[in-house]
Amino acid sequence: MTHNLLTVAYIAASALFILSLGGLSDQETARRGNLYGILGMVLAVGATAFSSVSGTGYGVLLAVGIPGVVIGALVASRVAMTSMPELVAMLHSFVGAAAVLVGIANYLQPEPSLVGVEATIHQLEIFIGVFIGAVTFTGSIIAFGKLRTLIGSKPLLLPARHFLNIAMLVASVGLGVWFMGLDSPAGLLPLLMMAAIAGLLGIHLVMAIGGADMPVVISMLNSYSGWAAAAAGFMLSNDLLIITGALVGSSGAILSYIMCRAMNRSFMSVILGGFGAGSGAAAPASSSTSGEAVATTVDEVADLLMTAKNVIITPGYGMAVAQAQHSVSEITKVLRKRGVEVRFGIHPVAGRLPGHMNVLLAEANVPYDIVLEMDEINEDFPKTDVVLVIGANDTVNPSAVEDPGSPIAGMPVLEVWNARTVVVMKRSMASGYAGVENPLFYRDNTRMLFGDAKKNVDAILTCLTAAESTRKPLATVSS
Amino acid sequence: MTIAAEHDTQDTTNPANSIPPPLNLCVGVPKEIYPGECRVAVTPDTAKTLQKLGFHVLVESGAGAAANFSDEAYRAAGCEIIADPAMLWQRASVLLKVRSPGFHPQLNCHEAEWLSDGKTLISFIYPAQNPELLERLAAGKATVLAMDAVPRISRAQKMDALSSMANIAGYRAVIEAAHQFGRFFTGQITAAGKVPPAKVLVIGAGVAGLAAIGTARGLGAIVRAFDTRLVVKEQVESLGAEFLELDFAEDGSGEGGYAKVMSEEFIRAEMELFAQQAKEVDIIITTALIPGKKAPVLITEEMVSSMKDGSVIVDMAAEQGGNCEVTRPGEIYCYKGVTIIGLTDLPSRMAAQSSQLYSSNLCHLLSDMGGAQNFHVDLEDEVVRGALVLHHGQMTYPPPQPAAPAAPKSPAPEPAPASEPTPASQPQRSAKPLLWPMLLGAMLIGIGISAPASFLSHFTVFVLACFVGWQVIWNVKPALHTPLMSVTNAISGIIIIGGMLQISGTLSTTTLLGAIAILIGTINIAGGFLVTQRMLNMFQK
Repeated sequence: MTHNLLTVAYIAASALFILSLGGLSDQETARRGNLYGILGMVLAVGATAFSSVSGTGYGVLLAVGIPGVVIGALVASRVAMTSMPELVAMLHSFVGAAAVLVGIANYLQPEPSLVGVEATIHQLEIFIGVFIGAVTFTGSIIAFGKLRTLIGSKPLLLPARHFLNIAMLVASVGLGVWFMGLDSPAGLLPLLMMAAIAGLLGIHLVMAIGGADMPVVISMLNSYSGWAAAAAGFMLSNDLLIITGALVGSSGAILSYIMCRAMNRSFMSVILGGFGAGSGAAAPASSSTSGEAVATTVDEVADLLMTAKNVIITPGYGMAVAQAQHSVSEITKVLRKRGVEVRFGIHPVAGRLPGHMNVLLAEANVPYDIVLEMDEINEDFPKTDVVLVIGANDTVNPSAVEDPGSPIAGMPVLEVWNARTVVVMKRSMASGYAGVENPLFYRDNTRMLFGDAKKNVDAILTCLTAAESTRKPLATVSS
Repeated sequence: MTIAAEHDTQDTTNPANSIPPPLNLCVGVPKEIYPGECRVAVTPDTAKTLQKLGFHVLVESGAGAAANFSDEAYRAAGCEIIADPAMLWQRASVLLKVRSPGFHPQLNCHEAEWLSDGKTLISFIYPAQNPELLERLAAGKATVLAMDAVPRISRAQKMDALSSMANIAGYRAVIEAAHQFGRFFTGQITAAGKVPPAKVLVIGAGVAGLAAIGTARGLGAIVRAFDTRLVVKEQVESLGAEFLELDFAEDGSGEGGYAKVMSEEFIRAEMELFAQQAKEVDIIITTALIPGKKAPVLITEEMVSSMKDGSVIVDMAAEQGGNCEVTRPGEIYCYKGVTIIGLTDLPSRMAAQSSQLYSSNLCHLLSDMGGAQNFHVDLEDEVVRGALVLHHGQMTYPPPQPAAPAAPKSPAPEPAPASEPTPASQPQRSAKPLLWPMLLGAMLIGIGISAPASFLSHFTVFVLACFVGWQVIWNVKPALHTPLMSVTNAISGIIIIGGMLQISGTLSTTTLLGAIAILIGTINIAGGFLVTQRMLNMFQK
């Protein structure tokens, strides 16, 4: 295969990748989009295999490629939808690790054709590629641990942590200067040392970020993995890698931005971690919540739902934890059969992954056209009879809108309190991740349904189906 | 008497036994003695709620009969039925009534005389209008809470009996009007010809007015509504009625959800509007009240006579003098072909419903006062303090003005967030547009000077790809963000190409590293694409 043919194949692959991402703009075209992605990947890998691999290389390629595909397929077919965040985090770490390995391997295989500035730039590219790769690798592993709760999800706040970060960055730059001065094999030591420091930096950065900020962290790591691939593309002079890396990198960056905006926080404040430890810590005292929460029972909630015309369900991470999505879906079906308009309102940062709730509801066969975004549904709350809040807290906190002194002031939230009745399903009165009291619980139109979300939702479902079966004979009598 | 004695002895001997409750936990529900009053303060349903709060419920025999609640129903709900009202008043420590205490026609004595020290009475009192009654009650050193004096703040909505009753009255007003009105409310096209829909004008869109609007709309009428408070426009329109407006910039929003008195010019314009509407509409329902004053006359004799024959006027303010000049309180009569309904007992005409809502209001109040275990009058509680007219015989009416005037329901939460973030972000924004282009420019110049051509061509590709990515990703639906992440993840597995370039040749560290990179890269690619496919297959309409 000539070099020109390879380039053409790469162009086609790049176009397919762009089409693939473009296809995700709608549920209808998304499946085709994924197909384009697979096609692009096959094309790119195939073309590279035919043009650049030779001799024993094929053996090696098959020997590692086939197990890789098998493992990937196994993992993908086994993973539960609630563990998607973990899977994504784990896959990010693989990209990071691969970037580090490719960088080091590339350094050990010097290209004598490069001289002067080109050689310097090449070295710099390797160095940066390995740095980003290492941060992505360890950061993703920590994120995985936090999502798996192998590591506590509380942010770890070391004293002088900002200083530590800066010190590690400075050390990396210093090692970089040293590295640039050395020739091929000799520079391995500073390169590895830098990789180790970058790994520590990745660990420390993610450790400082709490569980509910995970959507930002995951999208940030997604972005990093893209930049790592782009850096590898630079050092290998491979445009396809550069294009793909840039696509992935900007995708992750946009997602991070969307998530940050949904929490009304700057990207830096999330990355630097320790939410609530700063100016927010003093504030909760100002948000005095008065009154008492009114508890309710499963029967009452079932009654409310049956007599309502309009119901909106706003799920949060609690629904994912309790694995209640299937029961919620059943309730939705029963209510829709009765002619109740049921819709879902999803906050952008609900869950631990961007779009997490949508995937869970889709898994439970909730039709996606009744699952709406916060901006689409917020103005409909005043016309809604009942809102079911399942395992969400900060994303439905009215003090974000009403109390300028609140730590979450200005964060866009689902304005559930405008509905006629709000039923909040929660394990206890504890405050959410942001540590902010939620005045919603004390509103007159709020009823608290305590207990495990799954059990309560199941109990409501039983009530509803019981009512359904008693209703039918009545209906036949009257007709 | 023997029953009471038995209870007393058991109480002293066995206080832990909760089945015969101690005297101070008894609530008494006497039969209403006001002529024509059909409501009752506690229904069998709410009696259960009261028992959950720890109260023992005593009900006078026949108390709920007029509202279709039999003594058996009360007994089944766990209440004790007592035949003699005097005995009931003696045994109960908290008396729940609808109407204020009055002269008992059969027993020839005033109910207030039975209200001794230590007892609490909760009912409608209208303390401002009934000073003699207050004096009479004060003589007994009792504690009295007036349900009509519960402050109209959002926390107290669940105890707002005036709203509960107004809601029912508004509904009933339409039903009474429909009864008198000789035609359909809804328009119909029948084989025999076309029937035009009735036109209803509702004046005053408070709780009663809104209920009337909703009911009339439900029956199919064309409904117009007028209110001096412009804030209710939205509520009126949400019920499907037309909100009539004057070309006049004056808002009548007053304290506690009531309207205030308007200027003379405004009233003149308003009357003109009514006069014009009177000629058009078939039914007028008036609900205009100004607290503590005689109801304003809005429909003059002239307007009534200008109405079509067969029209109906329901004057819901009849008890306070009436909004219509020719209303006769408590009566339904025909004036020049127009039926004028001046009924003052609209809620009582729906006794079962109004008893249910009123008793729920009472339950909420009792629950807020601590239930049976912790029953007390908390002077710090804004709601209890507002309702309290007598405390152990001490006059506590009118209550001190609350520090902040009660705002009508949802006082615009919107402006707060808008004003907060802007000052903080403003200075940053003004600095950013200068800083970033300059940095970018400097970087580009630096690259342009130092970098070789081969790097620049790659750099071009990189920057363009970033822009393409930026454009494409913004179009991705938020619902698909998780599939987006997994597919970008799979795509970023393209890094195996880097490994593939290094695996050829003899076995060395380079090939080994390349091989490992390929292994984990392929896991990524296969896993990412497959899991995306799995997720996307789940999304269905």
